[in-house]
Amino acid sequence: MSDAPEVKTPSFAMVRTLGLVSVICGIIIVGVYQVTLPAADANRKLALERQVFKVLPTAKSVVTYYATEKGIVAAAGLDQPPAGAVIFYAVYDAAKKLAGIAAEASSAGYADQVRVLYAYDTEKQAITGIGVISMRETPGIGDKILTDQDFLKNFESLDVHLSADLQSLANAVKTVKHGTKSGAWQIDAISGATVTSKAVGRGINESTQILLPRLLPHLEKLRSPS
Amino acid sequence: MSAPSNFDEFLDGIWKQNPIFVMVLGMCPTLAVTVSAVNAISMGLATTFVLGASCLLVSLLRHSIPKQVRIASYIVIIATFVTVVDYAIQAISLDLYEALGAYIKLIVANCILLGRAEAHAAKNPPMPAMLNAIGMGFGFTLGLFAIGCVREILGAGKLFDISLFGPHFQPWVVMVLPPGGFFVLAGWLIVFAAFDHYKTKRTLGVQA
Repeated sequence: MSDAPEVKTPSFAMVRTLGLVSVICGIIIVGVYQVTLPAADANRKLALERQVFKVLPTAKSVVTYYATEKGIVAAAGLDQPPAGAVIFYAVYDAAKKLAGIAAEASSAGYADQVRVLYAYDTEKQAITGIGVISMRETPGIGDKILTDQDFLKNFESLDVHLSADLQSLANAVKTVKHGTKSGAWQIDAISGATVTSKAVGRGINESTQILLPRLLPHLEKLRSPS
Repeated sequence: MSAPSNFDEFLDGIWKQNPIFVMVLGMCPTLAVTVSAVNAISMGLATTFVLGASCLLVSLLRHSIPKQVRIASYIVIIATFVTVVDYAIQAISLDLYEALGAYIKLIVANCILLGRAEAHAAKNPPMPAMLNAIGMGFGFTLGLFAIGCVREILGAGKLFDISLFGPHFQPWVVMVLPPGGFFVLAGWLIVFAAFDHYKTKRTLGVQA
């Protein structure tokens, strides 16, 4: 215990000090944010393009859109996404022709959320490739979704065509036990990594069930962007 | 007894008061982000920057901050420099930012930082305060690097992403999982304790 008597500090001095510290810290934070923002935005754009180009190798440019229940709207110029909107990327080849759509799917895996980017072919109405955005699955087990060639074959042409009323998938995407796949809409799980395989299937199903009914009626707008 | 020189202040945290191996502080990032040497060095350097900058500002303001509001002031200052590091890493590398995840933000809760601000920077002039903090930061980085190296070598057969044992090496997966962090930390603590024991015995032998 200290023997020195506690110094009485006037309330105003305490408030003034806290105010001064807050002002100094506020200026530092806002200054650094403004300085680093262009580089951080450029990094985010590069990372997105890298992911998209991996699942759609013919891609040359990417345009970000939002899909809402009322239609689709380009993200450029919007400060905030519209309420309830789903983000997706229209991908164009060197001839500025629509090469496909890329969108994110996410679901809980063994350790954390498994986030994948999938490529959707508008002609085949099928998923033609996936890439992992982030995951923290067990090394050597769950992370086989990145390397297992048999698993990746599921996504060479995974059927996601819509039902006649264009309101939902004709067949929900489902992950089935290894070796029991019987339909083009099923995903053959990796033996020993079923939880992660199911997370991928569940994520793609949930994403496509929402996105595709909103997207398909407006494909012409994407094929000939103004 | 004379005051320690600036160089002594710097060396203090690297060896005699190493935050990981001697004071056993900051265990959350120590166990969580040391799955690779690069992650370990990045987290160490980020923490070093926050330590150095926050201790410098705390020391500069030490006569203006009343005792009653010091903790609130230190936390605001530390949180400011953690935010600065967070923005800077996003601008430098998004891959690194993803790899370090929430642990960059959690630097704010690292007990080394408030400990240094309260125990040293608030009582010393700017230069020794900053040197002591940077020394602590380098000591922390060294500790993280020592753990990260062992975990990456055994857990992935690599160091700095360069393969060391060829394609036939079977990685010890447990080393990149949470238990691996505890095993390697315990191993290093045993090495430090054994070294300390040997040094004490030798000193006593010389005195006798």
